Amino acid sequence: MTPASPTTSASLPDLSKSPTIDQVGVEERASRFTKRSIKKDSKLEALKMVLSMIDLTTLSGQDTPGKVKQMCYKAKHLHDAVAGLPHVAAVCVYPTMVHVAKKELEGSGIHIASVATGFPTGQYPLDVKLDDTRKAVADGAGEIDMVISRGRFLKGDYNYVFDEIAQVKEACGEAHLKVILETGELSTYDNVRKASDLAMHAGADFIKTSTGTISPAATMPVTLVMLEAIRDYYYQTGKMIGMKPAGGIGNAKLAIHYLVMLKETLGQGWMTPDMFRFGASRLANDVLMQIVKQQSGAYQSADYFSND
Amino acid sequence: MTQTDTPKLVFDTDWSYAPAPETVPVQIDDRYGLFIDGQFVEPGDGKYFDTINPANRQRLAEVAEAGKADVDKAVKAARKAYDNVWSKMPARDRGKYLYRIARILQERAREFAVIESMDGGKAIRESRDVDIPLAAAHFFYYAGWADKLDYAFPGKVPDSLGVVGQVIPWNFPLLMAAWKIAPALACGNTVVLKPAETTPLTALKLAELIRDAELPPGVVNIVTGAGATGAAIMSHPDVDKVAFTGSTEVGKAILKSIAGTSKKYTMELGGKAANLIFEDAPIDQAVEGIINGIFFNQGHVCCAGSRLFVQESVADIVIRKLQDRMQTLIVGDPLDKNTDIGAINSKPQLEKIEYYLKVGQEEGAKMWQPTCSVPDSGFFCKPTLFLDASQSHRVVQEEIFGPVLAIQTFRTVEEGIAKANNTPYGLSGGVWTDKGSKIFKVTSKIRAGVIWANTYNKFDPGSPFGGYKESGMGREGGLHGLKEYVSLN
Repeated sequence: MTPASPTTSASLPDLSKSPTIDQVGVEERASRFTKRSIKKDSKLEALKMVLSMIDLTTLSGQDTPGKVKQMCYKAKHLHDAVAGLPHVAAVCVYPTMVHVAKKELEGSGIHIASVATGFPTGQYPLDVKLDDTRKAVADGAGEIDMVISRGRFLKGDYNYVFDEIAQVKEACGEAHLKVILETGELSTYDNVRKASDLAMHAGADFIKTSTGTISPAATMPVTLVMLEAIRDYYYQTGKMIGMKPAGGIGNAKLAIHYLVMLKETLGQGWMTPDMFRFGASRLANDVLMQIVKQQSGAYQSADYFSND
Repeated sequence: MTQTDTPKLVFDTDWSYAPAPETVPVQIDDRYGLFIDGQFVEPGDGKYFDTINPANRQRLAEVAEAGKADVDKAVKAARKAYDNVWSKMPARDRGKYLYRIARILQERAREFAVIESMDGGKAIRESRDVDIPLAAAHFFYYAGWADKLDYAFPGKVPDSLGVVGQVIPWNFPLLMAAWKIAPALACGNTVVLKPAETTPLTALKLAELIRDAELPPGVVNIVTGAGATGAAIMSHPDVDKVAFTGSTEVGKAILKSIAGTSKKYTMELGGKAANLIFEDAPIDQAVEGIINGIFFNQGHVCCAGSRLFVQESVADIVIRKLQDRMQTLIVGDPLDKNTDIGAINSKPQLEKIEYYLKVGQEEGAKMWQPTCSVPDSGFFCKPTLFLDASQSHRVVQEEIFGPVLAIQTFRTVEEGIAKANNTPYGLSGGVWTDKGSKIFKVTSKIRAGVIWANTYNKFDPGSPFGGYKESGMGREGGLHGLKEYVSLN
């Protein structure tokens, strides 16, 4: 099967119209968000919001049903020593583990996200990618995190990348589609902006920075470029696209900086797990530690927080 | 799509920032004398005036008002120090003192930042991140030149001038003191400096610092007072050079008063800078540049980008984004770390800004302000846009010196340049385009001393600053600034 013509009514936007990005300017703006001082109640509220937006992730060759089961329990019970904590937004696993997560998370309200389409490189034939997607959805994934073909994108083969996303979107059916741009491989902010525009027009429900296997993964400036693309798309179409920075957000302070950036770029409509996610494996425990500190006044040893 | 049926972003979010006041304790005396000949002395006629916190109108301290006799005493002290000590000292030792001042200033940076925000109303984020670090940087920069003047002016022999009289404004009190004092001392001159009457405290704290640094008495004298004190310094017959930063109106009066004398002078005066956004600009970064250009320091900036020119093809989107961005600006307590726009410096200045808000509306420009709340405890003004302005509007022609931006559109590059230059001022400007060749073309045709490309309000001690036309004469900063404080033989 060769890539056919677009299977949806969407069409590739004129990417030469995507606004250019000034590197110095966007990095300066991103750093200004980090100057906001978030204290007291405001901080506690932010920490809980961060927890509720986490896609708790395990994406390793070593993953087993046992490991996934344990992580699912953690997703539901982040830290039972503290009452009133939210659960995470979703767990994110490989397609082979979806059925395990499905069973564990039944009725919990936690979404199941699965990476697909030949994660993390995406260097697979389209039919394999579509099968990968359909299988994950059939097993119970409500969200698909696909990777774009960066090689094709860098080669300028935008139509191919566009069609691929559109077809994966169709294969998703009811499942939400997150499109991973792998910004660390796109090299320039201009490319990130173009890829964001392309993905949104092709049918992405979320755009996502990274697989977590390439450095740099999510950074604040790259996320800002994507948030601004989401804003422009909203201005033009009224459609709200979600954002998921992933990889590299390892502590609560940085996560709160992201929330500040989200608040001041897109505002109220996006301050919810439905529209914003953190893709992270290590973030939750630092946030939990900060919450306990806010409530008790003292930091607890890391040994008090479970590692699942 | 029209403005009414477009989707709207909501920035009044459920999650909001708790107050985050800066809490570093500071020592402000109840009363300050005049710093003359290395010590604080009472003014001759015993007069004092209050300096207040513009964010809550509370009195911070009372400050001496120097009369003519006091100014004369300060000039005499400066002359004595020049003749006997400073001009004879090895240049390396002058540099040593300047480095010492710079280092102490860095060590006490937070304290100076807090006092600057209390006395002048500027947001602590700016006094902490811009004013004080830059002031220290200027001392460091000119400290380095002190013993290298022969290399600064190849083939010439630089000589110091003597006693320098300096009068500075209230918008960047400590930074302007640093801009004035550092190059003057590096070149071997002595100084009589007057800070603005609404913001004398950081200059007086600097006097304490200079005393603690054991600078020889009389090398730096700091006298406080209003316009009459400044005039007495500028026109004093034993002052060899005058340096002034302030309004064009006062600058002209000073130039008249020194006409016919041999005094050297530098004048850094008003501005009404054009900020040009071309259709190929990086739009989101340009919007941020507009914000930094006009709302930095409540718009109390002589080089503020107060005239915005947007190419018509992108005008709607730029204005829409600008308005959304302005919805996120926080106006309030200058000492809160989250405040973006602090207090207007004084009651008269607030009245002046409010007068222009009235004028602009009467002229038919469309006024727009964000929905933010503003404290009623002191002097505050919402950031303001005037849409649909034209070159004939007074809000476009006259310097308002507040958070007020007049927006016009243009169609071609030539029209943009012509409009940018259609002003008696020429201090600064901004150009936003992703096209390098356009940057060179446009910047070379705008008649202004400083032009930023794809950024705005960036300062560095190594970079000269000064105006064309009625924005002044002479340069401060860099080698150019050094040259203003020497005679070359």
